[in-house]
Amino acid sequence: MADKIRLRVVTPARLVLDEEVDEVTGPGVKGEFGVLPNHISFLSLLEPGEMSYKQGGTRRFLAVSGGYAEVLDNVMTVLASVAEFGSEIDVDRARMAKDKAERRLSELQFEDKDFAAAGAALRRALIRLQVAAKEAR
Amino acid sequence: MATLKAIRKRISSIRNTQQITKAMKMVSAAKLRRAQEAAVQARPYADKMADLLKNLSSRVSRAAHPLLVMREEKRTQLVLVTSDRGLCGGYNANLIRAAEAFIRKQGSDKEITLTPVGRKGADYFRRRRGEASDRYLNFLSTPPEELAAEITEKLISRFVDGETDAVYILYSRFRSALSQVPALERLLPVHLDDSQETDQLIEYLYEPGVEELLASFLPKMIEIKIQRALLEATASEHGARMTAMDSATTNASKMMGSLTLQMNRARQASITRELMEIVGTAEALK
Repeated sequence: MADKIRLRVVTPARLVLDEEVDEVTGPGVKGEFGVLPNHISFLSLLEPGEMSYKQGGTRRFLAVSGGYAEVLDNVMTVLASVAEFGSEIDVDRARMAKDKAERRLSELQFEDKDFAAAGAALRRALIRLQVAAKEAR
Repeated sequence: MATLKAIRKRISSIRNTQQITKAMKMVSAAKLRRAQEAAVQARPYADKMADLLKNLSSRVSRAAHPLLVMREEKRTQLVLVTSDRGLCGGYNANLIRAAEAFIRKQGSDKEITLTPVGRKGADYFRRRRGEASDRYLNFLSTPPEELAAEITEKLISRFVDGETDAVYILYSRFRSALSQVPALERLLPVHLDDSQETDQLIEYLYEPGVEELLASFLPKMIEIKIQRALLEATASEHGARMTAMDSATTNASKMMGSLTLQMNRARQASITRELMEIVGTAEALK
C-alpha cells in the first residue's frame, strides 16, 4: 500500500503541479472533499474555490476555477481552466477585481444579464484573496 | 542592356527587401518557439479530457445529451482557421484549397455555412460566397482560450437549435517548421469512440451523476478542441512564414549575386568602350 498519492494539476496553459503528496482537499460541487492515498476511483465536478494539499509537514493552497478531478490508481488529476498557488496570486490585482465587481453588482439589478457574470467575478476575486492570505501565513 | 545606374538601384532595393525578409524570419522564429511551447503545454490537459470523455461516454447512449445527437447532415458548418496576414508562403492557399475540396465533396444539395477565423480565409470566401454571418478576425490578438470560448458558445447554440446538423473545423496542423498540413475534424456532434471493449471500463464514484458531468464536459471538450486548433494554427502560421521568409532571403542573395555580376560586366563594357573611343580619336588625330 502506497502511503502517498500523486497529485497532478493541469490547466490548458501549463502543468501546474506534479508531486507526491499526503493528502488533498478539493472544492467539489457537493461540498468539499478530501482524498487520502489509496482512495477509490472517483470523478467529480469542481466548483471554483480553494484547493489544498499536504506534503510533509506543510500545507499549500491553490485557487482553482471550476473543472474536474479524477482519482485513479493513486493518481489524482485536477483539470481546471485556471489554477494558481497562493504565492503566485497578485493580491493588488485581486483586490482591484473585487472592488470592481462589487461596484458592478451595486449598479446592476438581479434581472440584468451581467449580474451573474459580475457575481462570478466577485467570487473568483474573493477566492483568490482568501487563498493568497492563507499562503502568506 | 540595363544601364549601370539602373542596376545599382535595383541591387540596393533588393538589399532593403532582404533586410526586411531577414527581420521577419527572425521575428517568426521567435514567435514560433513561443507558439510551439504553448501548443505542447496544452497537450496534457487535452489528452486527459479525451480520456475522461471516453470513459463517461461509454456509460450513456447518444440520446443522453443534445450535443451527442446524430442527425442527417443537411446543414453543415465549417470553421476555417487561416491567418490574418499574408507573406507566409502557401499556408493560406493550402487551407483554402482544402476548404474548397470539402465544400465540393459535400455536394450541392447541402447547405454549408462557412465561419472564417482569420482575415485571409474571410476575404477569399467573401468574394465567392458573400459575407459570412459570423467571422473572427485578428485572432492572434485575442487569447486563444477567450476566442475558443466565444466560438464554442455560438456553435453550440446553433447546433442545439437545429440550425446546423454537423460542425467541422479545418485548420493547419503543426508538424514542423517546414511542414504544416491542413486537418479536418468534426466538432459536433461530439465524436465518441464506440469501439472500446467493456471490460476495460473503470468503475468510478461519480459526483454528481454521470449525466451532469457529461453536460458540463461536452461543451468544455469542444472548447478545448478549438483552442488546440487555434494554437496549432498559430504555430503553423509562424512556421510557414519563417520558411517563406528564409527562402525569400536566400532568393534575394542569389538575385543580388547575379545582378552584381551583370553590373560588373556593364561597367567593364563601358570602360572598354571609353578606351576604344580614346584610342579611336587618337588614331584619327595622327
